[in-house]
Amino acid sequence: MADYTQMWTDLGLNHDNHNALLDNLGQAYQSIFMTQENRPEGMSYFDFVMSEAHGLRIQELREEQEAGRKIIGSFCVFVPEEIILAAGCTAVGLCAGADFAQEEVEKVLPRNTCSLIKSFFGFKLGKVCPYMEVSDMIVGENTCDGKKKSFEVFKEMVPNFYQMDLPQTKTPMARHMLKQEFKSFVEKLEEMTGKRITIEDLKQGIATVNAKRQALRRLSMLRAADPAPISGLDALLINQIAFLDNPIRFTEKVNAICDELELLIKETKGAKKAKAPRVLISGCPMAIPNWKLPSIIESTGAVIVGEESCIGERGQRNLTDDSADSLEGLMNAIVDRYLKIDCAVFTPNQERVNHIKEMSQQYNADGVIHYGLQFCQPYIMESFSVEKELEKQNISVLRLETDYSQEDMGQLSTRVEAFVEIIK
Amino acid sequence: MRVAGIDIGSRSIELIVLEDGQVVHSKQAESGYNPIERVKELISDVSFDKIMATGYGRGIVEVAFDYPTVTEIKAYGAGATALYPGVRSVLDIGGQDTKVISINEMGKVVKFEMNDKCAAGTGKFLEMMATSLGYQAQTLGAAAQKGTEGIEINSMCAVFAESEVTSLLAKGCDRNDIALAIHQSVCRRAIGMIRRQNISTPLMFAGGVANNTCMVQLLKEALGEDIIIPENPQFVGAHGAAILASQYEPTPY
Repeated sequence: MADYTQMWTDLGLNHDNHNALLDNLGQAYQSIFMTQENRPEGMSYFDFVMSEAHGLRIQELREEQEAGRKIIGSFCVFVPEEIILAAGCTAVGLCAGADFAQEEVEKVLPRNTCSLIKSFFGFKLGKVCPYMEVSDMIVGENTCDGKKKSFEVFKEMVPNFYQMDLPQTKTPMARHMLKQEFKSFVEKLEEMTGKRITIEDLKQGIATVNAKRQALRRLSMLRAADPAPISGLDALLINQIAFLDNPIRFTEKVNAICDELELLIKETKGAKKAKAPRVLISGCPMAIPNWKLPSIIESTGAVIVGEESCIGERGQRNLTDDSADSLEGLMNAIVDRYLKIDCAVFTPNQERVNHIKEMSQQYNADGVIHYGLQFCQPYIMESFSVEKELEKQNISVLRLETDYSQEDMGQLSTRVEAFVEIIK
Repeated sequence: MRVAGIDIGSRSIELIVLEDGQVVHSKQAESGYNPIERVKELISDVSFDKIMATGYGRGIVEVAFDYPTVTEIKAYGAGATALYPGVRSVLDIGGQDTKVISINEMGKVVKFEMNDKCAAGTGKFLEMMATSLGYQAQTLGAAAQKGTEGIEINSMCAVFAESEVTSLLAKGCDRNDIALAIHQSVCRRAIGMIRRQNISTPLMFAGGVANNTCMVQLLKEALGEDIIIPENPQFVGAHGAAILASQYEPTPY
């Protein structure tokens, strides 16, 4: 890797902390990803992106900035990338999947806050996230109470924080509200860039993001094959990288690996053995480098065939209709597309259970593991009804609740192993 | 064929050897600080054709002896079914885990629930409470049966419950009454897990805590029906592992 020390200094990163993080990340990556057998060749690109996630990719973003583009960081799949691209800006995801600077975090947040929130606070306070530091604006969205209230604290720590309100129901009133929020977001971006978004800009933005979603959809569908052509860990990694990489290049690379996977399927070759127990994961998102549960699952010999998650199918499922010929019409289409996301902050949220059943069938899953981050009320509360409804359909479910720490690895392994014994 | 099962738990290790389905050898040892040594001692004077390891420490023997392993959940399911064909659920309260396992008509485990990462409501919890009250773990149950109802212990955390017990003692409460309250609190927790899983009966109560007569009595009362207590409740996991060893073919999926 090239020497990025100067760049990291310019961004205000704390070198000791940052080096410690990179060391840990590198080791985890080696032991979790590089030890897998039968990885598709196309993964080498994603390995490369990961190895340069804090290097070359940040350098690219800074070059974009020098050329006048604004970098918009966000924490949620509700922040519309179509609009960000239409405004001539670049979107990056800031969710974090590792504990960092916990003592500092617990000075400003209660202990019983979910790991995901604590993690991005830790990355900010420990000054270790170049994506956060390179962002010209950070968008925080009102999803769960944890995020909403923690953003009140977080916005004092970062310049250019922008808060986006979100509805909690899917009524016409809620739709109206989301549309107003997205319009305000357009205005904010136009004010930042000094340039109006045109119909063409928006159509282009929609096309780019739709192409990315279609590529990820294609990847998902290929995982229905037995033997699975790609491990769940690798597929998750691709979904995680979707939030960091240049969308056009990323789409090309995802399509390229899909071409390879199609060939593998034809030859009935797989990353995992044929007839391996097949698990669908459903629940909270897993941000880089949160690979804890998937690595436990796949180390039992099972294969993960899908992620019903924001970093996964929930976030990428639906396309935006680009047929309208007016800004108003396109904005309506964007609102409609985003309102289909079945996050557990919505009530009622029957669509999500339906999607889990649908995915479970589509990918020939033998069972569903519901992943709840400790203290994530919306998903953990929903996990009970999800379990009940799936069991009515004779789908085996294991509900797990965990965090980013490693202390419950033993108990988690036992539960996962026992579940795999049941479904195989 | 002689098949062996070994259950390496947090508090004790059990070894069973079966020949034609009959127990020909069974032995128990404390896990202590060096379970690998204990396992070596236990197997030093027995012979077997096949062996399977289970329990919390199965991973270490997999590495040390290259034994195949199975989770304690599957092992308890297999053990319970072998000992009492037709059993439909197992409550296992061991040293550091409490589990409820549902078994279908075919004897296959279909669902389970386990306590979270702390020792709340487990054998370890009872052991710590026994110490606070000046009893041995083995005598706590009998003492509780002499107690009178009325006190309620609310903490499930062993550390908090200990302070609760200390303050009850300071108030002059009878230690047998406190012992009963402790058992009631563990029982409530187990019943909660059982109800959540909507189990079928007959239910087998296994694990070290099934030797506790007070706990057995309270569970029977709470469930309103009889429960199966195996002759050696701590050996159900090892028995199941031995059964599974006989079926084991070394082909990973």
